[in-house]
Amino acid sequence: MGSKSIKSLLVAVFSLIIIFFSYVSYAQDKGAEVTPPQEKFDPGKEIMTHIQDAYQFHFFTLGNFHASIHLPVILYSPQKGFSVFSSSRFGEEGEEAYNGYKLENGSIVSVEPGVDVYDFSLTKNVVQMLIALTILVFLMVGIAKKYKKGQGITTAPTGWQNAIEPIITFVRDDVAKANLGKRYKKYMPYLLTIFFFILINSIFGLLPGSANVTGNIAFTAVMGVISFFVILFSSNKHYWGHIVNPPVPWGIKPILIPVEILGVFTKPFALIVRLFANMVAGHIIILSFISLIFIFGGMNKIAGWSFSPISILFTVFIYLIEILISFIQAFIFTNLTAIFIGQAFEGSDHDVDHHADPVIV
Amino acid sequence: MELLLPKLGLIVWTLIAFAIVFFILKKFAWKPILKSLDERAKNISDSIQTAEKVRAEMALLKSENEALLMKAREERAVMLKEAKDTKDRIINEAKDQAKLETNKIIADAQVAINQQKMAAITDLKNQVGNLVIEVSEKVLRRELSNKQDQENYIKQLADNAKLN
Repeated sequence: MGSKSIKSLLVAVFSLIIIFFSYVSYAQDKGAEVTPPQEKFDPGKEIMTHIQDAYQFHFFTLGNFHASIHLPVILYSPQKGFSVFSSSRFGEEGEEAYNGYKLENGSIVSVEPGVDVYDFSLTKNVVQMLIALTILVFLMVGIAKKYKKGQGITTAPTGWQNAIEPIITFVRDDVAKANLGKRYKKYMPYLLTIFFFILINSIFGLLPGSANVTGNIAFTAVMGVISFFVILFSSNKHYWGHIVNPPVPWGIKPILIPVEILGVFTKPFALIVRLFANMVAGHIIILSFISLIFIFGGMNKIAGWSFSPISILFTVFIYLIEILISFIQAFIFTNLTAIFIGQAFEGSDHDVDHHADPVIV
Repeated sequence: MELLLPKLGLIVWTLIAFAIVFFILKKFAWKPILKSLDERAKNISDSIQTAEKVRAEMALLKSENEALLMKAREERAVMLKEAKDTKDRIINEAKDQAKLETNKIIADAQVAINQQKMAAITDLKNQVGNLVIEVSEKVLRRELSNKQDQENYIKQLADNAKLN
């Protein structure tokens, strides 16, 4: 999209807004008495249910018809052992109790007090993640097979090879080699895996009706904790020396040592929160623009209809940005992990000349 | 708040999924792909090196060819010069030879001429002798008959001899 078409898009959007607001002020006078009180639309609640995990894929509800796929619930409780059943047992609205368990605020609790419940259900996020990863594995193994056959070595690469190869070489040259120096080969499988792991889940999370996997704190926490351990296992004496005994005057040491120790944990924590916040924010913005239609629709039917084109335009715009952000966040996560690993083992051998500042928000 | 609390189930499943995906991809995808990319990079750099080498060789060959050509040209010039020299020498030799031959022929001719001249002179001398003898004979015969006539006759003979 050229800058010219963006400009004309903005002009169209703003002129529509101006027209619309003049219309709303007129419509509000009459609208109050005409529209009957309907079921109140709560955008906050609606958005939260969309970006959170669920026990079923819910697409739409039409009257009494619920278009949703129920997923298996797997529970373990020390008192009752394992129990596996479909989430449809809880009813369409999750109002029913089954087998001594019930849904409360989106999570499963026991009906009887004092019974602990460990929830290992194949939720929306889990199922979607598994589907996305299966596709990723098949895609990558297929590409690897092509390479094994010699396609892309002596001849030009074809098909998916052309799409994946630049990303792989980018991760190798600009992420791994730039930050890890000579030791980059050891970390390549890990860096490539986290990059594509995050990327494919972000991309799948953009599909309408899908789960927001990379925008779930549990997912990003796992990724961050793995990074944390990889960083720790790469560290050397020099790294710990800097943390326990930083090269600063004596007076500053009591201040700096706690800061340095905290820094060990804040680095992966920042990774966790950055990915989570970026993905959640993107989804919230998209859902907000969609919700605007219904908020205006709640005020006045005509207002809702006339606002929908603007809302759709903005949604499309944000969607395109979200695709970009999926790539950028996967890159940032991978790149920062590589930088932290590089910092953890630098000093021992001076092949790493790249001192990237890890201050990226 | 619900949003910020990680749930155990998803953590466990993500961890399992990541571990499995990591090991599968590491073994079956990243290793062959990275190996192939390295191999290709090596192939390309090797090809470029080979091309450079071939080009250098070609340049060397070309310069060698040029040197050969130069040498050939020089040789040709030398040969031409030699041929010309030889030709000149042969011509000169031929000329000298011819001169010598001519001189010899001339000398021979002169010798022959001299010989013949000598022969002619001898012949003439003999004839003169004979004539003298004949005349003397006749004179002697006449002297006996007439003194006057004898003198006239001698005079006449002398005139005849002068004419000869």
